[in-house]
Amino acid sequence: MEPVRQVEGRAYPWGAKNIDTDIIIPAHWLKTTTREGMGKGAFETVRAQPGNIFDDTRYAGAPVLIAGENFGCGSSREHAAWALGDLGIRAVIAPSFSDIFSGNAFKNGIVTVVLPQEAVDRLVEVAKTDEITVDLETMTVTTPFQDRFAFELDPFRRQCLLEGLDEIGMTLARDTAISKYESAVVDARPWIAVGGGNEGTVLEGAGRT
Amino acid sequence: MASKPLTLYEKIWADHVVERRDDGTCLIYIDRHLVHEVTSPQAFAGLRAAGRPVRRPDLTLAVPDHNLPTTARVDAQGHALPIADPASAGQLSALRANVAEFHVPYIDALDARQGIVHVVGPEQGFTLPGTTLVCGDSHTSAHGALGALAFGIGTSEVEHVLATQTLLLAPSKTMEVRVDGALGFGVSPKDVVLAIIGKIGAAGGTGHVIEFTGEVIRAMSLEGRLTVSNMSIEGGARSGLIAPDETTFAYLKGRPMAPQGADWDKAVAYWKTLPTDAGATYDAVVRLSASDIAPSLTWGTSPEDVVQITGAVPDPDSFADPSKREAARRSLDYMGLAAGTAMQDIGIEHVFIGSCTNSRIEDLRAAAAVVEGRHIADRIRQALVVPGSGLVKRQAEAEGLDRIFLEAGFEWREPGCSMCLAMNPDKVPSGERCASTSNRNFVGRQGPGARTHLVSPAMAAAAAVTGRLTDVRDLMTGGGHWG
Ligand code: SF4
Repeated sequence: MEPVRQVEGRAYPWGAKNIDTDIIIPAHWLKTTTREGMGKGAFETVRAQPGNIFDDTRYAGAPVLIAGENFGCGSSREHAAWALGDLGIRAVIAPSFSDIFSGNAFKNGIVTVVLPQEAVDRLVEVAKTDEITVDLETMTVTTPFQDRFAFELDPFRRQCLLEGLDEIGMTLARDTAISKYESAVVDARPWIAVGGGNEGTVLEGAGRT
Repeated sequence: MASKPLTLYEKIWADHVVERRDDGTCLIYIDRHLVHEVTSPQAFAGLRAAGRPVRRPDLTLAVPDHNLPTTARVDAQGHALPIADPASAGQLSALRANVAEFHVPYIDALDARQGIVHVVGPEQGFTLPGTTLVCGDSHTSAHGALGALAFGIGTSEVEHVLATQTLLLAPSKTMEVRVDGALGFGVSPKDVVLAIIGKIGAAGGTGHVIEFTGEVIRAMSLEGRLTVSNMSIEGGARSGLIAPDETTFAYLKGRPMAPQGADWDKAVAYWKTLPTDAGATYDAVVRLSASDIAPSLTWGTSPEDVVQITGAVPDPDSFADPSKREAARRSLDYMGLAAGTAMQDIGIEHVFIGSCTNSRIEDLRAAAAVVEGRHIADRIRQALVVPGSGLVKRQAEAEGLDRIFLEAGFEWREPGCSMCLAMNPDKVPSGERCASTSNRNFVGRQGPGARTHLVSPAMAAAAAVTGRLTDVRDLMTGGGHWG
């Protein structure tokens, strides 16, 4: 993952609530085995409408998206984060996010910034004409007009974003602890090892009868 | 010294902490991992690129569901039929290649046990109380019905679990959703969960793990509980737990992947320690009374847009919150509905009985009981019944339910996600309206421009026979299946 310290530039002043991941990327774009090229399908149903914000040239390539509460609700598809990333979005600002989406966004180096509704409303106004800066070191969103909104970020996520860390590699470094846990479970909850059924579950099992 | 009373969630969490970090996040061990074709290819590719194996293939189970067409899978000679859409075929063959390369147990599309992951897990006894269970799919919350801490994850997390069998998680807040009383005539578990989402809202459970409690949940079958937990995510909660009890144990006993012999006895003894202790507290408590719950359905494009079948399409101006007013206006525009229209005056063209919410045997029985001796209305263009697994399909056929549906004009399909998500050939055409037993009524969810009303299986069946959204109670006789 590339380190992220600051996201600066134009922002889509959208503000829409309850944007689900089916809106961010409709299901028919999910039939892929790679992470690339999702931007083409991003917000497809929104973009089908004339005058939509994503085809407005003022915001073309904007690295920030401003949305309403419960952004990214619905399906757990990480394709939503890949689609935003492919569009060039590096930060999303909203009053709240679905838990799964913010996890997915973070893993793809996209910062989810939670700010109160009033702050989001103000940023939507500013973004119509001016740029916005999201700074991870100071944990603030600022505008050219002295606005300064502080936000919170999970310390671990912040560190990973700032340093561009590989989470799987970090966890694998805890291998001894994981192995120790596994041996303890063998005694405490032996049934966790799946019964005979799973070992017999192989490719091309019993044909339909 | 008496220890602090704990909730079900807190007990499961405590038993799965591998390491606790200073900031309170924990490395949590994952006991069960379900894999399907849509959210896994990039994760396996990541492992391959980094030269990492799957740490515990034995705790993993893969099954295709989302992309599979639900039409016949073999020809008259029993040979597998090709899948027309090359992209779908590509994902399905990628899964087959990945499970072979990484030695992951796999149920193939042609296996009688194949079905929707969230139907297969409980059915095979892969899902167990007190376990942590994940899948790259948000409706993994369903497995909470057995008392498993189960939640959907993204593809990077799928890769993380495959490689490490753990996830780094922050503890959630807890919310008790208590439903007391006894359900009225014709009221189903789907109506209960729709009523809950209508009450807490689509974001009401965000950041929380829900525990469903109360007399209604205790009296519910395991299948009904799966319907309720399934839709926790529609209320914003990643997981929706139900404490294991005798209903849970009776459901699991003898299932192929469930513990057996001495292990079974040990497991049951442990499972009995899991229910929330007296005196334990939740961060939030929501109460509903069964007597307030009637057959329900959605009118808009968010699962929180719930109304009782005897009600009408709401007036956007009736919402106090201006953004909700605007959202309601947009919803009604998309849904082609006018404020004030009685729900029962709304005609439909499609009926979908299926999805991980409502495709188990009890769901099919409830729908068949309404359909029996009747025929779908002339204006219905397509009425699909899609069993949640090959085993559900077999069971239904053994009970003659397929005949009831076929004689009434329904199509009887092969198991899969089908018309739930517009990712396989089963779609609702633009501008047409569907009574659907699935879980999401989002814009475009069942196909671009498709209009979805979420209902219970019995309500879907009622809509099919009348051609409009219908109060199923009007079609139900007092006796027989309805008790
Ligand atoms: S049936 Fe629908 S909700 Fe359930 S897993 Fe399949 S696509 Fe997801």
